Amino acid sequence: MQTRLFASPSPHIHGGEKTQHIMGDVVLALVPALAVSTYVLGWRVLMITAISIASCVLFEYLIQRFLLKGRTTIGDLSAVVTGLLLAFNLPAGIPWWIVVIGALVAIGIGKMTFGGLGCNPFNPALTGRIFLLVAYPVQMTDWTTGVPDALSGSTFLANVKAGALSLGEVDYVALLSGHMNGSMGEIGALALLLGGVYLLWRRVISWHIPVAVLGTMMVFSLCVAIPDGGAMLWQMPLFHVLAGGAMLGAIFMATDYATSPMTHKGMIIYGVGIGLLTMIIRLWGAYPEGMSFAIFIMNAVTPLINKYCRPKRFGTKK
Amino acid sequence: MRTFPIGGIHPSDNKEWSKDKAIETLELPSEVYIPMIQHIGAPSTPIVKKGDKVLTGQLIGQSVGFVSANIHASVSGTVTSVDAYPNGQGQRRIMVVIKREGDEWVESIDRSTELKRECTLTSEQIIAKVKDAGIVGLGGAQFPTHVKLSVPNDQKAEVLIINGVECEPYLTSDYRNMIERAELILTGVEILMRAINVNRAVIGVENNKPDAIAHLRDIIAKNNYRGIEVMPLKVRYPQGGEKQLIAAVTGRQVPPPPALPISVGAVVCNISTAIAVYEAVQKNKPLIERVVTITGKELKSTHNYLARFGTPVHELFELAGIPEGDVKLLNGGPMMGRAIVDVSAPLIKGCSGLTVLSGKEAARGKELQCIKCAKCVEACPMGLEPYLLSKLAKLQKWDMAEAHNTADCIECGCCSYTCPSYLPLLDYIRIGKQTVMTNIRARAAAANKK
Repeated sequence: MQTRLFASPSPHIHGGEKTQHIMGDVVLALVPALAVSTYVLGWRVLMITAISIASCVLFEYLIQRFLLKGRTTIGDLSAVVTGLLLAFNLPAGIPWWIVVIGALVAIGIGKMTFGGLGCNPFNPALTGRIFLLVAYPVQMTDWTTGVPDALSGSTFLANVKAGALSLGEVDYVALLSGHMNGSMGEIGALALLLGGVYLLWRRVISWHIPVAVLGTMMVFSLCVAIPDGGAMLWQMPLFHVLAGGAMLGAIFMATDYATSPMTHKGMIIYGVGIGLLTMIIRLWGAYPEGMSFAIFIMNAVTPLINKYCRPKRFGTKK
Repeated sequence: MRTFPIGGIHPSDNKEWSKDKAIETLELPSEVYIPMIQHIGAPSTPIVKKGDKVLTGQLIGQSVGFVSANIHASVSGTVTSVDAYPNGQGQRRIMVVIKREGDEWVESIDRSTELKRECTLTSEQIIAKVKDAGIVGLGGAQFPTHVKLSVPNDQKAEVLIINGVECEPYLTSDYRNMIERAELILTGVEILMRAINVNRAVIGVENNKPDAIAHLRDIIAKNNYRGIEVMPLKVRYPQGGEKQLIAAVTGRQVPPPPALPISVGAVVCNISTAIAVYEAVQKNKPLIERVVTITGKELKSTHNYLARFGTPVHELFELAGIPEGDVKLLNGGPMMGRAIVDVSAPLIKGCSGLTVLSGKEAARGKELQCIKCAKCVEACPMGLEPYLLSKLAKLQKWDMAEAHNTADCIECGCCSYTCPSYLPLLDYIRIGKQTVMTNIRARAAAANKK
């Protein structure tokens, strides 16, 4: 064999990180939450999750292969992440065909329409969820497959909003451990936090977005609680960051690369926006939960944030 | 421990392959090819012709203008040709070819090995000697050293920073110099301090070279070198970048171009440049040789050679035993080095090492779409947005690229290195930067005409 020279511009080495590894890390970080959900809500969780992932991957493959007639990118695992996150935003009792429709909207409209991974302005899983929430409101808020001894068929957020439950009666241990009603992936704040810590450790996400979202929600609810007197001062902030999709949204949905800002400063603004909008919808809006709408709206603002929040140029003051 | 303020990466340093190889003197080549451009600035004019006899250290290329550098014969013998030959990148450059006959040096050069420490020359005299000796920055940029040392009247140097960072993976020539030739470095630093009239010098060395730090400190204390401090720096690439090193050492950031380091009172020189300055000023020896590392995982042997300029690089590669199959030969290290496509090309002043990467090590991954992960933004040590600059260059939006400060780019490669989608970010940014710089110069020229 001969020695053959080849050439290209520098740099000549690469750090070795791949899109695939990042997506794999996200999947891994979601496993504890999936385990809690399966334990609390039953085996149907795994079935719905499997259907969601399989449909997302399949739709991505079919669209790329037959509609776009291009290279398929299902190997980058991003469709798996979308499928997993979509499932996590659905109640466990949802009919399987609704999941498939959600996957088609998430991948087909949310992602491929705009040019695939990295080009989508809105989080694909959220696009799917919001479509389903509007199209199938009954099935999307049917929590009857939930925990037997919990207040029937409703989430903590809905019960509190309807006045059926006071903040003082909320079982905070249940909120942390996931022994409650809710979408498959949003219960079990501790498991989600664990995943978040893993993502931070692996440097897949930075702390800015989750901290900004959850911090804003806590500060906002604290401000709302102050006029009501001292009794709710600690319950209100704690309840709002633990209940509903706060953890799932702040750690996994809002941090989606393509739809969140590129600089730390931008990430903070974006996170604060999500926190504020979520609280406004939760307290004064028509829906008990506002996380998905808040993220969706802030997704739309991201290009604007990117335009005005540039990194600090070396050698300049600001 | 100090480091530079933003961005940066941590590639594995791979110094272990060659760091313990003592400096060997390379056997003199039978023929040398000496390019008339081995520096930033105007090419020098050859002042010898075919058939001329030259001595080692004799001036053969006269510098043209202020930003330019003299070129000297690195061996003695007969000039056989003055013509265009390909350099490492395959570009044809005017070179003087000398067929070696023995090794007879110019008489005024002091070839004794004894250390000559005392220097009573004035700043102007030192700078004149540095200029005559054709010294350029030996860290890789090849910027003429006398230009750096000529501090403008309206500005004042406060500190001399000596670059012993060697943050490029693999390379160990600066390291070997620090271990084996510390006295020469430190005496060179004293002379440089005299040249720019400062009483403080800081030698920045990354913390992965603790023995070099200890050795330099030891010699400083033992031989009473005043005002010279060795500062360990946290390991992080590209710490050896001039602006990054100044920020790490002084905490001050050089403003964006066209501002120069002197605007924050700093003058930066490389470790190996300090040795060249010592030899030029104290021994009248022009810049004709340097320490060069030849290294790579797949080589049969690795070395740190003291080699004469103009030596065809294939002679070094043959001594190290190039592996078969696909290989990439680099002038420099893997982050900023340039691929060599012609092995008959000569060794030049700015070459601190020749790195050999296997096809596998240097392979580029399959390009995917940008996922906007912002890892390039986080890695950029200049506070730029590589994903955006790359895209703007691809779309040929030169004005927008300029507005997003693409001219600030130092081409360190951190962006391409971190990209999980394997996008060749720097390839495009470089095109954008070159176009923007050309535009800026054209505008300046047009404004001058008016």
